[in-house]
Amino acid sequence: MITLQYIPHYEIKNLDTESKIKKILKHVKDDRIILIDCKLAPLEEGLLIERTMEEVDRKFKGIEIASIIPDKKNMQFLDIFKRDLAKILLGKDDGVTIIGPASIIKEIKKNPNKIELLTKIRR
Amino acid sequence: MIKGIKKFLDRNIFGLFKRKKQIKLGLYGPPNSGKTSLANRICQDWLGEEMGTVSKIPHETRNIVTKEKVVVKSKGKEIMFNLVDTPGIATKIDYEDFLKFKMSDKEARSRAKEATKGVIESIKWLDNMDCVLVVLDSTVNPYSQVNITIIGNLAARDIPVMIVANKSDLKKSDIKQIESAFPQYPVIGISAEKGHGIEEFYNKLYKLVK
Repeated sequence: MITLQYIPHYEIKNLDTESKIKKILKHVKDDRIILIDCKLAPLEEGLLIERTMEEVDRKFKGIEIASIIPDKKNMQFLDIFKRDLAKILLGKDDGVTIIGPASIIKEIKKNPNKIELLTKIRR
Repeated sequence: MIKGIKKFLDRNIFGLFKRKKQIKLGLYGPPNSGKTSLANRICQDWLGEEMGTVSKIPHETRNIVTKEKVVVKSKGKEIMFNLVDTPGIATKIDYEDFLKFKMSDKEARSRAKEATKGVIESIKWLDNMDCVLVVLDSTVNPYSQVNITIIGNLAARDIPVMIVANKSDLKKSDIKQIESAFPQYPVIGISAEKGHGIEEFYNKLYKLVK
């Protein structure tokens, strides 16, 4: 069984970077695939990789991660306006991030607007 | 914050007095993209010696390797670099992957451990770079989170970047895909192993750092 854990942005937006990463890694090390409805900042992603590498051992092999942000080029003016308004009112960043344990996720194939998640079959 | 102010002053104010000092040029990218092959090509061209060992087994470079005073000449002008070859950045390292290359269990575990430390070292060294070449394998889909994270981290630190689309000699090479994945950065297609596109590479490198 694969568990998909949803983390709304408000649950992590007020956390400092270390706490945010700690929370993410805790879920992932519990063999859950998490879906966060915002994109991590590049510096947070860099630190997430560092902390992940510190945790790698016989059982935990690391993570697979992918984030996706909507392509502005294909959006209508009204959509961009609505999106920016939601950003101001809700303080929510664009995009989603998927993070899971490398022991479960074999590969994440990513194109600009699509994420394909290939899992490993356990026997 | 203080670090940021110091960096700003270094780059913009004190930097004016330190022009022509050696530029720290980092080679970053995922494992097996050809960072060390490119470092070797540069060192062979300008110093007549190699910089590191190359292997088909991922994570061959597991420590930061530097080569100082590499003088690159382009169109009659010269620039002195401190070349920094870094371990490939990855989000996962599984020792079992190394067993496929006929390594013993002990060797594989040790390599995996060293590789994790190498990744951490690479990320920490980002702060020391003046300029970075992101080396990507042009036969592989460039939309990986590792590539995006590396480039995002460089942009956040305001470090000049050029993307080197390596392995351009291979049939599956797709430089256009890399260009469309990272349209805001200069991309140069080369084959570090065969030397294809290397003259143009040095010209673009000169433009990047001048």
